Amino acid sequence: MEPIPQPILDIRGLTKVYPGGLKALDSVDLEIRKGEIFALLGPNGAGKTTLIGAVCGMVRVSSGTINAFGEDLARHWRSARQRIGLVPQELGFDMFDTVERQVGYSRGLFGRAPDANRIEEVLRSLSLWDKRGEEIRKLSGGMKRRVLIAKALAHDPELLFLDEPTAGVDVELRRDMWRQIGALREQGVTVILTTHYLEEAEEMADRVGVIDKGRVLLVDEKDAMMRRLGRTEAHFALAAQLPELPAVLRDYPVTLSDDGRTLCYRGGDGTGKGKAEVAAVATALVQSGIVFTALDQKESSLEDIFVDLVERQGLAA
Amino acid sequence: MINWRSTLAIYRNELSRFRRTVFGSIVSPVLTTSLYFIVFGAAIGGRINEVGGVDYGAFIVPGLLMLTLLSESTSNASFGIYMPKFTGAIYELLSAPVGVAETLLGFVGAAATKSLILAAIILTTAMLFVDYTIAHPLFALVYIMLVAASFSLLGFILGVWAEGFEKLQMVPLLILTPLTFLGGTFYSIDMLPSPWDKIALANPIVYLVNGLRWTFYGQSDVSIGVSLGLTLAFLAICVAVIAVIFRTGWRLRS
Repeated sequence: MEPIPQPILDIRGLTKVYPGGLKALDSVDLEIRKGEIFALLGPNGAGKTTLIGAVCGMVRVSSGTINAFGEDLARHWRSARQRIGLVPQELGFDMFDTVERQVGYSRGLFGRAPDANRIEEVLRSLSLWDKRGEEIRKLSGGMKRRVLIAKALAHDPELLFLDEPTAGVDVELRRDMWRQIGALREQGVTVILTTHYLEEAEEMADRVGVIDKGRVLLVDEKDAMMRRLGRTEAHFALAAQLPELPAVLRDYPVTLSDDGRTLCYRGGDGTGKGKAEVAAVATALVQSGIVFTALDQKESSLEDIFVDLVERQGLAA
Repeated sequence: MINWRSTLAIYRNELSRFRRTVFGSIVSPVLTTSLYFIVFGAAIGGRINEVGGVDYGAFIVPGLLMLTLLSESTSNASFGIYMPKFTGAIYELLSAPVGVAETLLGFVGAAATKSLILAAIILTTAMLFVDYTIAHPLFALVYIMLVAASFSLLGFILGVWAEGFEKLQMVPLLILTPLTFLGGTFYSIDMLPSPWDKIALANPIVYLVNGLRWTFYGQSDVSIGVSLGLTLAFLAICVAVIAVIFRTGWRLRS
């Protein structure tokens, strides 16, 4: 039996209570595996940024432990921080400085020896090489965000936090960043990203965690989560109004709309069962002589799962 | 174990910021000091022959140097740490493998370096207006470095404390400058009538100005030992306050 690899980040019982009494993190347990892309999803104020801040040293935790690279972060913070990179949500740098100098500064700040070749490599990978001599304030918003990423990569971190990396950037740049994050994974960098864009998590993440009101509601493989919590939804537009749900459909999770013109199937489990049942419903309708003029079917996205989870949590609270 | 690469990165970054504003940083103090020499040294000084055996124009050199040292050291260091807070760039410093030692050596070292460069420029400027000598040049250099470091530390504390530009300017403008003017920059406290000569001794800047004046002319209103002791005590207090700031994360970490 292969030994279970040690998590690159192991958070236990992490709690953060702000002086005003706001509990931003509530006994958070989280394990991040080496080399994975982990997406942390949650609505505004869920505790995503506080969690990142607690690991990166911007937030003082109230209780709990954080182990990074197998060592207690509170005791071995110097060595751990040298191996962690952070791309914050907000643009924050000396706007009057040049791109190349700022990226070089970040490398030095994290204790790495100057390396012009490495800086060039990072800048080229982010299409910033041609802008290296420009003052940051003169760059576009998207380019400024790239500078933030370059600064975070300048010291070759093994664990990279991306806090809403594509917030406010256009679709093209977002896709470009996804490619870059994918390239980082190929280099063995572990990436933890928070995002509002569930499409982003769906596109890139290996595992997904859902956090709300400071509590981690669920952590799972993205595909497993889709399978476990995924649903199929199908709408049959009927040619003629039905007075009631046909008897042949009683064994299926099907409802008839109030106006009697639409049949709605909501079921399945993300394993293909839903699609099969939709086909069976269609066959039953045809065999019963019930004519439908259109069929609209969709599989639930990570977004649906996320919204459902957060809503259920809200109801339970 | 101090991370020297990080320290050097902060130090160089701060000096780079200084280079970008070098015109304003140097021209302003040089112009101001020149005006002081013209007004106090030439115009008023012409009517005052000597103070304690020193020509009045030369007498005010240490005081004017101290005036610049105090205001520039405080301002440079406070801006150095306040600007990252203001722009949001502080995240990088907080998430980097740097502690109190690296931060202080980097920020305060750079601020003190700027002050020393300015001090050299001021002394050179002064030569254009008056003849002065430095009786204890090595002691003067050490003392200038000590004052620059102490007030850079004070500036660092102010930069952490300040939540806006107004607060940032408050202490240098409303406290340091008036106390320096009243601290014997332009006169010896022996020239004050009683009881003001005694009251003036409550002004800590008196000891700084007189300490520096002693290194120039070998004489001062107060003992050099007291001046040196107070400066060292002030430096120690600032270091202790900053250590507490870092341990508690006050105004830095949420």
